[in-house]
Amino acid sequence: MGLGAYIAVSAALFALGVVAIVVRRNILYVLFGIEMILNAANINFVAFNRFNGDGLDGRMFAIFVIILAAAEAAVALAIVLNVYHLFNTTKPAEVDLLRE
Amino acid sequence: MDLTFHPESDFKLLLAVPLIPLCGYLLQIFFGRFLPRKGDWLLTGGMFATMCITLYMFAKAMNHAYSGGGHGGHDEHEALIGFFHESRHTGFKWSWLFQTGEAPDSVRNLTIGLLYDGLGAAMLAVVGVVSFFVHLFSMGYMQGDRRYHIFFANISLFTVAMLGLVLSDNIVFLFIFWEIMGLMSYLLIGHLAQDPTSHRINHAARACKKAFLTTRVGDVCLFIGFMMFFLHYETFFFSELWAQVNADVALNGWQSWHTTAGLFLFGGTVGKSAQFPLHIWLPDAMEGPTPVSAMIHAATMVAAGVFLLGRLYPVLSPEVLGVVTVTGATTAIFAATIGMTVFDIKGVLAYSTISQLGFMVAAIGCGGVGLVAGLWHMVTHAFFKACLFLSAGSVIHGCHHEQDMRKMGGLRKKMPITFACMLICTLAISGVPLFSGFYSKDKIVMASFLSLGHEFNGPALWASIALPAAAAITAFYMFRLIFMTFFGAPRDSHVHEHAHESPWPMTVSLMGLAFLGIFGGHLWLNGDLLGAHGTWWEKLVMNEHNLADLSKMYGGVELQNTYGGAAMDPHGHVAHSAHIWALGVSSFVAALGIFAAWLIYHKKKIDPARITARLGGLYTTVANKYYIDEFVEITVIKSSVVTARFLRWFDENIIDGCVLLVGRINRTLGFIAAWFDKTFVDGLVNFLGTLSNAMGSALRLLQTGRIQQYISFAVAGGLLAAAWLILS
Repeated sequence: MGLGAYIAVSAALFALGVVAIVVRRNILYVLFGIEMILNAANINFVAFNRFNGDGLDGRMFAIFVIILAAAEAAVALAIVLNVYHLFNTTKPAEVDLLRE
Repeated sequence: MDLTFHPESDFKLLLAVPLIPLCGYLLQIFFGRFLPRKGDWLLTGGMFATMCITLYMFAKAMNHAYSGGGHGGHDEHEALIGFFHESRHTGFKWSWLFQTGEAPDSVRNLTIGLLYDGLGAAMLAVVGVVSFFVHLFSMGYMQGDRRYHIFFANISLFTVAMLGLVLSDNIVFLFIFWEIMGLMSYLLIGHLAQDPTSHRINHAARACKKAFLTTRVGDVCLFIGFMMFFLHYETFFFSELWAQVNADVALNGWQSWHTTAGLFLFGGTVGKSAQFPLHIWLPDAMEGPTPVSAMIHAATMVAAGVFLLGRLYPVLSPEVLGVVTVTGATTAIFAATIGMTVFDIKGVLAYSTISQLGFMVAAIGCGGVGLVAGLWHMVTHAFFKACLFLSAGSVIHGCHHEQDMRKMGGLRKKMPITFACMLICTLAISGVPLFSGFYSKDKIVMASFLSLGHEFNGPALWASIALPAAAAITAFYMFRLIFMTFFGAPRDSHVHEHAHESPWPMTVSLMGLAFLGIFGGHLWLNGDLLGAHGTWWEKLVMNEHNLADLSKMYGGVELQNTYGGAAMDPHGHVAHSAHIWALGVSSFVAALGIFAAWLIYHKKKIDPARITARLGGLYTTVANKYYIDEFVEITVIKSSVVTARFLRWFDENIIDGCVLLVGRINRTLGFIAAWFDKTFVDGLVNFLGTLSNAMGSALRLLQTGRIQQYISFAVAGGLLAAAWLILS
């Protein structure tokens, strides 16, 4: 299995993430989409490191991204919790306080 | 007592003459009502001090005249100029106006100084004495007046104005005091106009307005006249003006503008001294309280006009003097004829004043000896006319403000002092020998004869006829007044029963003035009884008895408008016969007038009603004062009113129309501008706003606030960019 297969999986995962972000009404699914995009990036890091690099740079970046994603999830879920308290919903389309 | 005039010290004393009553005026006008007796003692006392100073200074001038004048004992300069002192030569002067760009000592800067000569000395003394007696008289006469303190204040300032006028050494200050006098005459004639309880309130208001406006015509003429002289000679000082005019005329002769300017100057006299045709204010001025009339008719106001002629005589051309003579003589006979028909006791005196002023003016017009005689008549007239007015006031006071002579009669026993004083002064004004008026009037008649004898001319001929005739009429109407008032049976028993002699301040004043009415003219001061060899007056004003040398009156200026010396010499043949003729004629006409009055009004041999009936229309014309007032009413006042109406119409239609038109044009332009603003300027601004708004609205469609949409766009954009990269 060559590099192309990994990139294909990564691209598919990215596309699925994007679609989840764009399409899903619930913010939790949007967050899932973001996680999927981040993991698509991780696959790319690891794959390029495996086939083209010599060292652990790609893999280290992947670990950073995982940590980043965890932090991002914590912050995002806190926001979601607050939004839910305020608007009693988790759908971003209904959070429209700044619209006229 | 040292009776030599020392300019250094004596000018300071002279300065006190107007300043004492001026301070009195200021005190009185502000604090008079709080003083005991409302302050009359303050001003009367102040005026007494003023009178004493003027008499002391007069004594110095007389001492100079009688101690030989120019004949040795004095230095040569004084021998040349006579008794003539100007304070500015001793450094006693004040700067009044500086012209920019002029040196500090330039003649065009106006400085005030005092001028003291024989004429001024006599006039100052006359004003001081008459004014004092009028003040004293007013203490009795004005008792109970509502504005007693204001009256005293005003009459005091009136005196200040005349004193200042006499002492001025330049014509601007003379003019300033002249105008103050005009104002005070207005306030005093209108004294009763301020009293709401007076039944004469409207008359008084009209009379003071008339006096002020009529004299104003003359004042404007005077101003034009002296400014014309100023433009040519650039000086306001009398002495410099006399010298420069006569030096100029000696070289170049009289110019036509001299005559024009001189006529304007004479216009001032015509207004102030009530000469025809501006005499109309003087009879109406009787509305003022009697002491005011005495002041106006004797010492101030009308005397100012004659005094002005005396001061400005050297600048009047012979043509002007001709006009002066004709005006004076016409006024004399004209007013005398009216005087015969008047029944108001003060009215008779008013017309007699106009007539006597005519004598003075006519005499000054004759020049030479006439000038001296006219000014002398001003002095003697001041005494007896003041006394006559105060006597009339005393009669009016005694008769409870009845002024109609037809209701009087038989007052001789009731008011003996008043009667005696009035009789003395009537004899004086009628020109009965040995009374003061005789001397001056005799000299006036002589001057007109002399002028005629020297050179046959129209003005002198008219004066020679009119003046003796007027003198006869004067004697007639004055004795008519005496007979109607004091003699015969009482015509109105009510008035007669209540008549009483006046209180002492009034009778003392009368006696003082009557004394001067007898002796003001002559006697112990004259060389001889009839004054043929020089009277005190001639010695005073000319320093010596030489009628040829008028220059001594004017500080040594060689006069160019007077005849040569020979004709003026009183010892010459022409002068001698003129004097004899004048003596005879004036005595004769006085006797004639008195006899006629005695015949008609005392003996009642002739009924005055029959004479008036026979004269018919002529009498009506004279009794209506020749319809001069009506003439003025029709010509001047009506035309003024018509002019005013026309101007009002012009204002309302043309001027207002123009203003409104401009306004309307502006308004229309404003509308156009507003339309432009609203349409174009506002349109542009609104268009920009609308444009921004529309663009904002359009762009807003993109800014939905939906994160997912933004991401869609971002992804789409990314895909497009990728596609473009791949395809290219």
